[in-house]
Amino acid sequence: MNLQSNDFELFGLTQQFAQDRAALDARWKALQREAHPDKFAAQGAAAQRVAMQWSVRINEAYQRLKDPLRRAAYLCELSGALINAHSNTAMPAAFLMQQMEWRELLDEAQSVSDLEALTARVDATRADLMQECAQLLDLQQDFTAAVQPVRALMFIDKFSHDLEHGFDKFE
Amino acid sequence: MALLQISEPGQTPNPHERRIAVGIDLGTTHSLVAAVRNGVAECLPDGEGRVILPSVVRYVAGGGRQIGHEALQALASDPENTIASVKRFMGRSLADVVGAEKLPYRFAEHDGMLGIHTVAGEKSPVEVSAEILATLRYLAEDTFNADIYGAVITVPAYFDDAQRQATKDAAQLAGLNVLRLINEPTAAAIAYGLDNASEGVYAIYDLGGGTFDISILRLTQGVFEVVATGGDSALGGDDYDHALADWVLAQTGTQAVTASDKAALKLAARACKEALSATKNVAFHADLTGANIRFNVEQGQFHAVTEPLTARTLVAARKALRDARLSVKDVQGVVMVGGSTRMPQVQAAVAQFFGRAPLNNLNPDEVVALGASIQANQLAGNNSSGDLLLLDVIPLSLGVETMGGLVERIVPRNQTIPTAMAQDFTTYKDGQTALALHVVQGERDMVADCRSLARFELRGIPPMAAGAARIRVTFTVDADGLLNVSAREQVSGVQADIDVKPSYGLGDDQIAQMLKDSFTTAEQDMRSRALVESRVDADRLLLATQSALTADGDLLQPVERAEIDAAMAALAKAPTMDDAAAIEALSKSLAQATEAFAAQRMNRGIAHALAGKNIESI
Repeated sequence: MNLQSNDFELFGLTQQFAQDRAALDARWKALQREAHPDKFAAQGAAAQRVAMQWSVRINEAYQRLKDPLRRAAYLCELSGALINAHSNTAMPAAFLMQQMEWRELLDEAQSVSDLEALTARVDATRADLMQECAQLLDLQQDFTAAVQPVRALMFIDKFSHDLEHGFDKFE
Repeated sequence: MALLQISEPGQTPNPHERRIAVGIDLGTTHSLVAAVRNGVAECLPDGEGRVILPSVVRYVAGGGRQIGHEALQALASDPENTIASVKRFMGRSLADVVGAEKLPYRFAEHDGMLGIHTVAGEKSPVEVSAEILATLRYLAEDTFNADIYGAVITVPAYFDDAQRQATKDAAQLAGLNVLRLINEPTAAAIAYGLDNASEGVYAIYDLGGGTFDISILRLTQGVFEVVATGGDSALGGDDYDHALADWVLAQTGTQAVTASDKAALKLAARACKEALSATKNVAFHADLTGANIRFNVEQGQFHAVTEPLTARTLVAARKALRDARLSVKDVQGVVMVGGSTRMPQVQAAVAQFFGRAPLNNLNPDEVVALGASIQANQLAGNNSSGDLLLLDVIPLSLGVETMGGLVERIVPRNQTIPTAMAQDFTTYKDGQTALALHVVQGERDMVADCRSLARFELRGIPPMAAGAARIRVTFTVDADGLLNVSAREQVSGVQADIDVKPSYGLGDDQIAQMLKDSFTTAEQDMRSRALVESRVDADRLLLATQSALTADGDLLQPVERAEIDAAMAALAKAPTMDDAAAIEALSKSLAQATEAFAAQRMNRGIAHALAGKNIESI
């Protein structure tokens, strides 16, 4: 166990997509109980510095593990299947068409209920893609194939963010 | 009557083991200090039995000053030199202060933090706050007849980096060792959480004199996790006073022109507001230079006039819930903090919004200081069996300016701290050898709409083709929520670091100058102060090392152990030494000798955490 261990090793978890959120949260807190700088407040600068490094590392791993999308992307990357989120934006035409349709619906929304209907559609698509990720990552262990739904989920995440902002104008 | 403390022979408590640590609520309108005594958190009263110190400082010609109740008396008679609600100015420039023209002060405009001209010269908000903190420190020292080991100081959850840094600077100026800055709502939750030992999601609704905070906290297994924070750093009870005063002026067709008129009006509005919490209608009395106001205000009228202010708090509450991805029905309890929550219309609006009666059985003025003292006691190591762990979040996103005045977000808000996040940038011109970084804080996409925290440059990048350099910018936010930024060119290793202070905070040289100018020099000469501090630090380090050796000494090889023992023996002579620099050098070498040991202890702790869990899950 050291600062270079991967997130799953650090948290003592099996390296797979399926994770129990409650167990993950409990582990996070158990680790922070040992490592948080507050536990070393009366113990001098050297201990503080080490605690800070570990506490930061534990938080970093927790942020990545608790978010299913980031967890999926991380599993791909660990297995050498690169996501290249910034440089590679090519996506299947059908997916892009659906994105455009959603964007139009968002722009033309007249009420909160319009936005809620759209949110439901987005959430359903997200759930399907998550299911696909779980299948590819844990059962088939085909990390290269999993890159595709992971990238689709990144698009959806960005759209969800814009969709949330859309609610602001009705407040 | 005080109880006698009886100890078994050989178990006499070492006076060093019980450290006096206090919690300080540095509030907009008033401040309090609390400490855990005999296992119970309590606010410390002054000689006249008052626990509340008005956050008012009056500067008197000839160098004197009055702090607290005395200064409050002078608010109407000497408004220009009597500084109230200084918290609103912490880490702020004049342009940031909403309604500055309504205030009776003569402001000095600076690039960074504003100043206030007084008869005793220009004062920074940090100096004014330091006067208040020092007063509370003396109160605590007199109460315990001992030096204060350290303090936990509370800040609104919504305070940005500049405001937090200014608060920490003020504490330093007041001679306090800051154990931690914690968020006020979190402190309130600690006070309530330990009393009620309840698990679940809580909303902390904190309407103080000048700030409003809403925090959504989750309490599980003794861990306080801040899920989201929101609020308005320029909305509080003072605004209710202003709204009432403005309305009364409009109704009576009068005007407040002079500084003392404005101050008198403010006091009258506050008195009227407080009375309206208990009675249905109250006479508004204010004697101004132009006219004497006698006007009857009904409770319903006051509620109507201030309804937009209350509504603003609920908008922020809804937003915080949305950030937390929770709805109103997930909230198991609402904690009321701040004297302004005594207003019945606020209680009613909050009860209606959350669909449940808010918790208010602790004194809303004291609850923050009480919670801070519990945390201070734990951080000082007095409560070794303590199970309290605070996992706080950063309240506002941090980022850097990119092309076209856009913000590239690096640390999103509500991220658990401490945290470190990095982003890679590159050069955009061939042969570019420097990169300017502008660090900002805020939620908006344009730099102009965010708060500028600092600007710095990374120089000495070897000339390369555009886009070839890889400059990694790392934001590190410590457990106090304070930011450090470093930039490193990955190919050449050129590095630049910055504690984010320059644009709004104070430089170390400024603090040194203020220390030199301030009350601390009047009391004792700087050199003896430095000597005392170096001895206290040495003592602290020796105790910490001793307890670490007792717990985990078996991790050390004999050679390593011998090195640490030698460094401890050298430092143990500190009480007989008279040279602060020499003591500091010995402290430093002990710290160096224990560096590897600290890392080994942490590994053991982590292994413990995992082992414990694995056994449970079998």
